[in-house]
Amino acid sequence: MSEQTEIRSTERPVPPEPAAPAKPDSAVIRDALGVGVAVGLSGFAFGVTSAGAGLSLLQTCALSLLVFTGASQFALVGALAAGGNPLTAAAGAFFLGVRNAFYGLRLSAVLGYRATVKPLAAHWVIDETTAVTLAQPDRRSARLGFTVTGLTLYALWNLTTFVGALGAGALGDTDAWGLDAASPAVFLALLAPMLRTAVERVAAGLAVVLVMVTLPLLPTGVPVLLSALAAPAVLVVQGRRERATKNRTATGEDRS
Amino acid sequence: MNVWIAIAVTAVGCYLVKYLGLSAPSGVLERPLVKRLAALLPVALLAALTAQQTFSDGGQIMLDAKAAGVAAAAVALVLRAPFLLVVGVAVVVTAGVRALGG
Repeated sequence: MSEQTEIRSTERPVPPEPAAPAKPDSAVIRDALGVGVAVGLSGFAFGVTSAGAGLSLLQTCALSLLVFTGASQFALVGALAAGGNPLTAAAGAFFLGVRNAFYGLRLSAVLGYRATVKPLAAHWVIDETTAVTLAQPDRRSARLGFTVTGLTLYALWNLTTFVGALGAGALGDTDAWGLDAASPAVFLALLAPMLRTAVERVAAGLAVVLVMVTLPLLPTGVPVLLSALAAPAVLVVQGRRERATKNRTATGEDRS
Repeated sequence: MNVWIAIAVTAVGCYLVKYLGLSAPSGVLERPLVKRLAALLPVALLAALTAQQTFSDGGQIMLDAKAAGVAAAAVALVLRAPFLLVVGVAVVVTAGVRALGG
């Protein structure tokens, strides 16, 4: 569940309810299974990475069962492997998970679940289920897509986590197999589709500079949290520029 | 014990934000600035995590076979390779460079 199907934009319009023709259930299920299988399998990489980071089989499986959001899980085991403080490590994982709140907000309107179902549905609110659900033409298909994607991903992600964690023991030195490169590659694959405009690229670049400069200076785990400040920093600068442009346009200084 | 604390805090925190989103009345999180920050936060974190895990080992900055693997993954991404292939390329190239003594 490594969030490959990154939601292109939170601005994506919710499909009009009755206008689009009803989609056959089989087509919805095919979409959902496709995403579920492709991404669920990368749980294997997580299992191996987590075991390589020194977490026990039980700890690794607990993460996939209870956290169930890939980027946060990779971030947590990476921070723990580096010897970070548990709360600092959890904070990094938590901040990565905050985006799921915004997915939930959009899904809430589309799925229209009752208050009693929401606590259960919430656990499956992640990148892929959101992508599949928001792509459906009506509520019935959306619920079907959400359920099938969620179920497929949850089952496969946990199964492959278990197999990966078990297999890591058999592999011995996971670094010799290059498996320590899986985690940064996952992060890069998640990041790539997000780098749409200059704002995202500048924020990413600034975050990299911040983390590399502070890495030798600050306690483990803190540099990554500090780098998150690149996001508000870039937004502040962008906001100032927009206001400046507006002022210039307003006073007519822009005609050079 | 530390690991279990980290797991528990992460599990509770990540569940609560998911539930909050699904249950919050629409409008609460819909302010433009909040949405833009929420979209940009993972960009900064993922970029920092990629750099940190590629070029460091604990608190030390270093350059090893992993950098070659992640660079190969970047090329695969530019070529629009599917997710699993991107990760596979990183692992294989890293292992290959290490086997050659890199």
